[in-house]
Amino acid sequence: MKNEAQKSKSLWYHAWESLVSDKMAVTCLIIVLAYFLLAILSSLGLVASDYAKEIGPSYAPPSSEYLFGLDIFGRSVLAKTIKGTEVAMSVGLVTGIISMIIGVFLGAVAGYFGGKIDEVIVWFYTTFNSIPYIMLLVAITFILGKGILAVYLALGLTSWVGLCRLIRGEFIRHKDREYVQAAAAIGGGDFRKIFKHILPNVLHIVIINFSLQFQVAIKSEVILSYLGLGVQGRPSWGTMINDAKLELARGNWWQLAAATAAMMVVVLAFNILGDALRDALDPKLKGK
Amino acid sequence: MNIYSYIIRRLLYVIPVLLGVCLIIFILFNVLSPDPTLIMLGKHASKTQMMELRAELKLDRPWFIQYIDIVRSTFTFDFGRSWSTKQEISEMIKNGAIPSLTVTLPAFLVSFVLSISISLFVSFYRGKIIDRSIVFVCVALMSISSLAYILYGQMFFAFQLGWFEISGYESGFPDFIPYVLLPILIWVVLSVGPDVRFYRTIILDEVYQDYVRTARAKGLAESTIMFKHVLKNAMVSIITYVVIRIPFLILGSLLIESFFSIPGLGGIILNAINSSDFPVLKAMTVLSALAYIIFSVITDVLYTIVDPRVRLK
Repeated sequence: MKNEAQKSKSLWYHAWESLVSDKMAVTCLIIVLAYFLLAILSSLGLVASDYAKEIGPSYAPPSSEYLFGLDIFGRSVLAKTIKGTEVAMSVGLVTGIISMIIGVFLGAVAGYFGGKIDEVIVWFYTTFNSIPYIMLLVAITFILGKGILAVYLALGLTSWVGLCRLIRGEFIRHKDREYVQAAAAIGGGDFRKIFKHILPNVLHIVIINFSLQFQVAIKSEVILSYLGLGVQGRPSWGTMINDAKLELARGNWWQLAAATAAMMVVVLAFNILGDALRDALDPKLKGK
Repeated sequence: MNIYSYIIRRLLYVIPVLLGVCLIIFILFNVLSPDPTLIMLGKHASKTQMMELRAELKLDRPWFIQYIDIVRSTFTFDFGRSWSTKQEISEMIKNGAIPSLTVTLPAFLVSFVLSISISLFVSFYRGKIIDRSIVFVCVALMSISSLAYILYGQMFFAFQLGWFEISGYESGFPDFIPYVLLPILIWVVLSVGPDVRFYRTIILDEVYQDYVRTARAKGLAESTIMFKHVLKNAMVSIITYVVIRIPFLILGSLLIESFFSIPGLGGIILNAINSSDFPVLKAMTVLSALAYIIFSVITDVLYTIVDPRVRLK
């Protein structure tokens, strides 16, 4: 039993220990969780459900009554910002999952099997990577039409190459190691070796990449909204910043400020968390 | 395998990648995209109108021929005419490249020198409070939307303070300068964050190597170690990082160009997106992919020449 307990103090346990001892990382984790909570509450209609209601004069500046000011239609900027977390967090999450699935699958298959399969996959991602990401985004949104589904798919389908490369490299390094040979010796098939044996050993890369991908997706949503290819008919930080370009010249800075600040806090938290995760999970960095 | 056969093999690999790029463009724009005649003629177009337009745009030809057309345009640079402005696309690109470069090239050089200097400085004080605060500032800078920089920059520095032109452009050498200053400044601020973080990581990777310890043990000054040993070795990764970004300079910056009304390639792309101008989008995709492929070959070759540790398989 004691032996069991000691074995469970694995890389993950140490990583968790070093993560929670880092005050900055814990703060960031709490911020991220708070944003998720806000997004869930807002999607259930428990907060900011009145974002579309006119509650005061057009462009009322921030005051004690209207905390973040009002927009052109007299809607609360605060409520819109909260509603925007829904879009931002879901874009980050869905995009991250899509790119994770594609990147891990193709990278694992290429690295593990090698040979012709590897050549084809490497050719595919080299080709794909040669096309500027903004062009792919545009083409995909043309095909799917505008809306949040197109945003998910466009960002997810264009962001897997980096992870795929890393995973392929790790699988090449791992596939001939003793533990994999041992797994083969007791009759483990390819599928089992890939997912049950090698994947857990490279999972830290997936996690680090996911946290970085998350914030890139949040930032990209804003750009897509500016290009007119983003979310339609509901508030997002992207559409808020896009609206602001006409308001700013009239001195109405609060909508831009609210959306920028809301975005900055969560992106910053993800950035710092990503770095902390890398420090905690990457064995190569131990002792530096 | 010697270096020459490696270079030749690397050059030959360009062909399948280029054909692949054309295939992806073909699938995205010619096969999967909604019928462009519908977009151009509106919902109430008659069947004959649509057929005529399809013939005019050469969309009625077999798919194989359409694919070959894309491949051919990669080599001849003949991309046909824009659907919306009816101009020759190669002409549009030629005219747009210079204004784009007047912004991106100086911006690129300034941010390169600045980022390298800052990252050398912070690596010198690695782990100390000054290093950590600068890295934190970099991450914070990266966390702000690029649109916010452009909007606030234009509003504050150009509109309120009147230090720079709000937007516009004039061609000709000294005339364009007032118009590109603020765009350059914004570009530099946008790229300093990620660049410093990247260069710092590269430099710190070297700082912990054995040869640095040896240099220190033999009593060399820290500044000599930094410049003569560390920077020299870090240069390999720095060069690859820099060279691969050159194609994106030609492409220009979509957002900055559109906000400052600079008539560059970014603006051309933006107009093409707004008017569903497929030939322009295809041409820009082909060209930038081509530039990217060429520069990645250059990077790979440079890498193997500069760094003998890179084993040629």
